[in-house]
Amino acid sequence: MTKSLHILTGITIISVLFGLYLAFGYARTDLEQGDIQRIFYIHMPSFFGAFTAFTGTVIGGVMYLRTRHVKWDSLAVAGVEVGLMLALLNLATGAIWARPIWNTWWTWDPRLTSAAVMALTYLAYLMLRNGIENADKRRLFASVYGIVAITTVILTLMIIRIVPDTIHPAVIGPSPQNAEGVFEATPRVAAALLPNLLIWSTLVPITLMWWRIRLENKSEHVQKLRMELINS
Amino acid sequence: MSHSLIEIIDLVKTFGFLPVLKKLNLTVERGEFIALMGPNGSGKSTLLRQIAGLSRPTSGIIRVGGWTLPDEAAAVRAQIGMVSHKPLLYGNLTAQENLLFFAKLYHLKNADERVENLLDRVGLKKRAYDLTRTFSRGMLQRLSIARALLHDPDVLLFDEPYTGLDQSASETLDHLLHEAHDGNRTIIMTTHHLTHAAGLASRGIILSRGVIGYDEKLSPDTNLPKIYTEVTNMVTAR
Amino acid sequence: MNTPFIQVVFSILRKDLRTELRSRELVSSMALFTFLSILVFSFALELDREAKQEAVSGVLWVTLVFASILGLNRSLASEREEGNMDAMLIAPVNRIAIYMGKMLGNFIFTVIVGVVLLPVMTVLFNFSMVRPTMILILILGILGLSSIGTLLATMTVQTRSRETLLPIAMLPVVLPVILTVVRATNAILNNQDMMQTLLTIGLVDVLYITLGSFLFEYVTED
Repeated sequence: MTKSLHILTGITIISVLFGLYLAFGYARTDLEQGDIQRIFYIHMPSFFGAFTAFTGTVIGGVMYLRTRHVKWDSLAVAGVEVGLMLALLNLATGAIWARPIWNTWWTWDPRLTSAAVMALTYLAYLMLRNGIENADKRRLFASVYGIVAITTVILTLMIIRIVPDTIHPAVIGPSPQNAEGVFEATPRVAAALLPNLLIWSTLVPITLMWWRIRLENKSEHVQKLRMELINS
Repeated sequence: MSHSLIEIIDLVKTFGFLPVLKKLNLTVERGEFIALMGPNGSGKSTLLRQIAGLSRPTSGIIRVGGWTLPDEAAAVRAQIGMVSHKPLLYGNLTAQENLLFFAKLYHLKNADERVENLLDRVGLKKRAYDLTRTFSRGMLQRLSIARALLHDPDVLLFDEPYTGLDQSASETLDHLLHEAHDGNRTIIMTTHHLTHAAGLASRGIILSRGVIGYDEKLSPDTNLPKIYTEVTNMVTAR
Repeated sequence: MNTPFIQVVFSILRKDLRTELRSRELVSSMALFTFLSILVFSFALELDREAKQEAVSGVLWVTLVFASILGLNRSLASEREEGNMDAMLIAPVNRIAIYMGKMLGNFIFTVIVGVVLLPVMTVLFNFSMVRPTMILILILGILGLSSIGTLLATMTVQTRSRETLLPIAMLPVVLPVILTVVRATNAILNNQDMMQTLLTIGLVDVLYITLGSFLFEYVTED
């Protein structure tokens, strides 16, 4: 297992570097926005990476409730932590892009706000976990909240359909009429975006979550040994 | 087919990695009065909660009256009454309303009549229309017993019922326990009062660190305090 | 073998209503809180004459969310403290029925507070808020709050931080409800069509009630 993880990690690192080359080398500079537009090749894929990770949390939660195997709970925690990291990367890259394009780091746009709320929901998840001594109960409650929390992810995906007065551009489908910073999805943009999307929504979260699960397993093992020592 | 009322086979319950019950085996026959003893944290309350179906076993089998937990939990619950050291009653309801509420949850027919009867039996008929938050500890405990007896369960579980009761309230409780036990009802009671348990119960079980260290028939002259010290020290030393 | 579902739901509901009628603790503190909150908000945001409708409906709903949190914490903490939750769980009743009973109680209390608030806001802000459609929105919106709130509160009252955790856990999750009901409220105040929004709220309600029903079993487990 460790060996396949190392191989996967190698593949992921190379892929991310390749993705960065696509974003900064292969893709042409956007005529209106300039080089700053290149951040988009990381910005959007990192959101989908978070989506993958949080989906892992839901799967882990449902399976834990059904089987009560600790490994599913480890998947759920890994999903939350990795997803949270990718969501923060998504917010940070967005802010860096927005500074020159929208002339502000942050604006109270529905999509931005819901993305931030989404990140906070998963912080609340970690807080909930922290607040329960009994390990079984902690896993149970975390599973439940991990399932409920996915609603905020879905909301972030759908928000510009619910609240159309956003200035955030949509890449798939038509952008809202008052979106600012729209650019044309030429074949070359697509060619740079799609590999990145693939890398960030599969390889990156899966590799990171695998490492995190491994860490969780090791710490569980230490806990177990400690308990055995106390009880012997 | 076995005919024991309660069968517990290889019951394990862990809280995280902390084992509370370790492969516990126990059979209880109809009509037994069991005193369940042991130091704090030995798993007494956990065992009661397991039998009541309030807590899910990590592994192992619990059967009550032939029904298995947790798949046939509803059937098991219908046979069990529980009294804990918390009253499990609503302070802003009267004694009668409390009992009627629980009677509804147990889908009892002729609820009014049963409630009235039970209030009389536990000596609270005169206080039937008073809010239970005005009740003393002993009265609450009596009402609790009435609540547990509502659906005439085969098994009564008592979790340290004597906690916080004064002398006269304890005596009333003794009397009520005797009465409740009457017939072929089974009682399992956790307690710390060893000599008291020897006089009351028909069988004594001492739990220590999640295993049964002692399980014998009791008579009023069984020297439980001595046995208790031996058993708990022995298990601890091991 | 289980006690009939409806009977359990209504027994629990009637028990909560009776307790509340007797003490009037919950609804009165919720109502007082909402009045204070509205007043303080209007004062701080200077929502006086040129009050913006968007701001007013936002204030109304955020206040109702907190009132609901107040009620949920109280209602489920009391079930925990006296061990009454155990007494219900030990009875041969379906867990979903317990969930529905507790949920409906909180729902009714919060709707009462909301309905009382409408004339008050009408007077304070000079929008005519007492309308049948407004009550419909209150019912649908508060159903969303109570359904997911009951699930989360049952969980949070069992944690170390107890009451403080519920707002943190609940606010982000009810955001879809808040966003849609505020839009619907604005639409009503501007006499616009709001069927679409109403449908969205209804869908969110169904989703939350389903989640709450299926997951409640696990948050009452030991």
